[in-house]
Amino acid sequence: MDREPDQPDPDEEQEREAHDDQEQTSHDADPLLQELVAYLREKRTELRELWARRISAADLLGVMSDEEIFSEATEVFDNYVDALESGSIENLETYARELSERIIPRGVETHEVLGIVLLLRDVLARELFAKYQRDSEHLNRILDAYEPAANRIAVTVGVSFVEERERVINEQQEAIRELSTPVLQIRERLLILPIIGVLDSQRARQLTQQLLGAIRDNRAAVVVIDITGVATIDRTVANHLVQAVEASRLMGASTIVTGLSPEVTQTLVDLDVDLSMMHTVGDLQGGLEEAERLAGYRGAGATDARRVET
Amino acid sequence: MSVAILREGDYLIAAILSDLTDKEVVELRGELIAMVGRYRSRGLVIDVSALDVIDSFVARALRSIVLTVRLRGAHTVIAGIQPDVAIALVQFRLNLGPLRAALDLDAARALLDQLTGGEAEDGR
Repeated sequence: MDREPDQPDPDEEQEREAHDDQEQTSHDADPLLQELVAYLREKRTELRELWARRISAADLLGVMSDEEIFSEATEVFDNYVDALESGSIENLETYARELSERIIPRGVETHEVLGIVLLLRDVLARELFAKYQRDSEHLNRILDAYEPAANRIAVTVGVSFVEERERVINEQQEAIRELSTPVLQIRERLLILPIIGVLDSQRARQLTQQLLGAIRDNRAAVVVIDITGVATIDRTVANHLVQAVEASRLMGASTIVTGLSPEVTQTLVDLDVDLSMMHTVGDLQGGLEEAERLAGYRGAGATDARRVET
Repeated sequence: MSVAILREGDYLIAAILSDLTDKEVVELRGELIAMVGRYRSRGLVIDVSALDVIDSFVARALRSIVLTVRLRGAHTVIAGIQPDVAIALVQFRLNLGPLRAALDLDAARALLDQLTGGEAEDGR
């Protein structure tokens, strides 16, 4: 185990090493950190009050009340000092994520979170300056131990916060994506899939998956895909659409595509996409009538038509 | 053998219970074609609902079973293709046009009844 040459109290160190010269965890090897953690714990009440005051003074966390700030500050303080002591940032990471989860919905911004952590770092550093100012060498060593640990904590909290935000954003994007392609059952075994907006490869793929899942879950016999809301289409997307239709067929469902706009139809023909498998009907109403016929529903009108036939 | 072949009236039902090796696929094809002739079956259902993966070899074999069985006078319906399998199949860019598919066994029998014009029912 490597020991710094300028370790204080060499006698005591040697004695300790003699007692226990097996492997040492890193924090045991740093009595300076122990010393400053003990000191910070001792001054806990005072320091966190000072910190909370400085948070309010700096106009951070404006959306939270003073009591809330104080109680969060207490927890952050304790976690902070624990992390300093153990050198392990895992607990702090978990805590920072939980904290982020609580405060993000309330509109706390990234700069506020980083701001309060850096404030705490400064408050504690000031305190250390004040205590050790007479012994500048000792102060330097204390700061050597304190600064890397404190910086790592600041980075951890910042990163956890940003990751949490990203997670929330991703979840919301996922939700939007799912909402944007609803598969609706309008009759037993008859599904309708209205597509609105821009179709790209990823959305087309996702749409196919959702459609096939819905076919299985609803035991659908007929699916109407309505693309009235799709303004343009390119070759890739057209192929995806053809594949979606073919895959649905392989699951035993017939597909009717409705609402192809003049531009889309022209593009499809110009691109020479193989549309032989595609059953298209002009508009959604016609598509639904065709679908009901295929699925074997017989409304009043259809029954009359049959009677005429027979 | 991981395929159960049942005879039900004029129909044959082949349920593939687990992934097949290429050799087993070829054997299955031979056996099904022979059985369709032997039992004078009018319809064949191949149930693949237990398969999570269908590779291009099996897909081609299914297609060839469908075409051969058709030449022997029977219709084939593939039942129970899973969503992921369906997506994979359409990406092989095989011509799967001859494959008739149904969601499950019930739907497959209904489709066969329709394809064979209900004569199977009438014959009993």
